[in-house]
Amino acid sequence: MSVGDKTIETTNGLSRATKHPVQQITIRTDSREILANARRDIERYKLHDYFIVDVDSHHVEFDSWGEILDRLENPVLRHNAKAMTQDWPNAKQLAFSNHPVGLTFQDVFGRIPHQAQLAEDVEKSAEHRDLTLIRRAMESLGIKMQVVFPQPMLEMGLHPEQDIVTAMTFAYNRWFTETILPCEKRVKSLLCLPFHDPEASMKTIHEFGEKPGVVGFMVTSQRHAGVHRNMYMKIYRELEERGLPLAFHAGPSWGDTMTSTMNRFLAVHSMSFVTCNMTHMANWIVNGLPERFPKLKVIWIESGLAWVPFMMQRLDHEYLMRQSDAPLLKRLPSEYIADMYFTSQPMEVTMPHMLEATMKAIRAETQLMYSSDWPHWDFDVPARIAALPFLNEQAKRNILGENARRVFRL
Amino acid sequence: MPATSQRVFVGTSGDVPPNGRLVVDVGAITIGIFRVDGKLYAYQNTCAHQGGPVCQGKMVPRVTEVIEPDGSSRGFAFDESDPHIVCPWHGFEYSIKTGTHPGRSSARLIRVNVEEAPDGIYVTV
Ligand code: FES
Repeated sequence: MSVGDKTIETTNGLSRATKHPVQQITIRTDSREILANARRDIERYKLHDYFIVDVDSHHVEFDSWGEILDRLENPVLRHNAKAMTQDWPNAKQLAFSNHPVGLTFQDVFGRIPHQAQLAEDVEKSAEHRDLTLIRRAMESLGIKMQVVFPQPMLEMGLHPEQDIVTAMTFAYNRWFTETILPCEKRVKSLLCLPFHDPEASMKTIHEFGEKPGVVGFMVTSQRHAGVHRNMYMKIYRELEERGLPLAFHAGPSWGDTMTSTMNRFLAVHSMSFVTCNMTHMANWIVNGLPERFPKLKVIWIESGLAWVPFMMQRLDHEYLMRQSDAPLLKRLPSEYIADMYFTSQPMEVTMPHMLEATMKAIRAETQLMYSSDWPHWDFDVPARIAALPFLNEQAKRNILGENARRVFRL
Repeated sequence: MPATSQRVFVGTSGDVPPNGRLVVDVGAITIGIFRVDGKLYAYQNTCAHQGGPVCQGKMVPRVTEVIEPDGSSRGFAFDESDPHIVCPWHGFEYSIKTGTHPGRSSARLIRVNVEEAPDGIYVTV
């Protein structure tokens, strides 16, 4: 009579209780089961009627690390990386990466399994496993198109050896544009630039700029680089002329002067995912880059939204007193920021009146693009946007997909 | 789900072991039944945060921090008397006994009436 074994009739015969097939979600649980509750949102908010574009999600390139290393062009680097994977006990998926120890704190020590890995079964087929996992998430979340980024490759900006960074960036971009992007039109990417090396960045744009599914390029924001330096101007000009957006994708660091004082990942993640983009935005604005490249679309990814009104107010306040420090500006910093684009996740919602004010300040109706960040620990479902009481129907449609359609010409 | 409430048999007492759980589907509702200190607690499988499958998460005791009278910390400790259920989507933790988040009492799970009868466990939905 136990539901452990079979379905049980109730005493009155009206309802039955059935043991749920998955008692506990683990790293091996199918993502469609993990995200089953999100499918209820699709009905509730009629999300099938929306063109939902997810502008920031991730696949796990560590699972294909060997295939990526195979694409290292330089035979010595390829040999070195492969030798590491063969001889070192844990290097199969780590050779040449810059995977910091703090990132393994992200799953809150087993509490959020999908952050650690998606180790679910996937039937053997011609399709790459990562693509199957992407499809499962898209289907569960009601997403029509998804911009997919890597994960450990986002840490390359702080890698100590720059030649390895350049070589790995090309290897990863080749692997992704050969293996994933041509197989599914609904999957897109903003490819990583080897930003420390402007010549290599230009080569990246030329080699991959017209590949199917490439809708722009991305700078991983954790890096020690002044984005205003003259050496980068050719990159911005090239992207502006091609009409391709430039995105800054945030990431964590537990090693900078501020975060190295911190003992809890909560503090590290709260701060460093934002301060990296704050730094680049400050340099971008005060050096007048919006005046120099007025048609270049700039997107700030994965820093949430609460930082933006802070930057608007802070930069305006100081600019008015120190105009000579930023002579190229013809408007307030906040006005340039309001022309930029932002992705929504992780959307800070605990103070709804402040979120509403933020959305007004950044002109969310035209500038904000929904992002899930799946499968990361702080992902947002589309219902996050669909449920906001202060947005009208058109604003919701724009944020969930129409703004992305326009920005990426989808 | 019918408009009137129903008492539904979900399993024998042994199906919810000490400090264990049983997750069942009753119609469209999924319910987690937990046993702590011999007592049963039941909640809908919908997190107060973004609606995630909270009852299918990890069960772990509440984490506390040991503070000396002078204010210095002696590090983390488990409070075994206050087991938590952790939502696997983003980690919201709820005390199984109260159904609330320890830092925000308005973040609470939807309680389901549960009773242990001589022939087994029933929920009312
Ligand atoms: S939905 Fe449960 S923690 Fe977010």
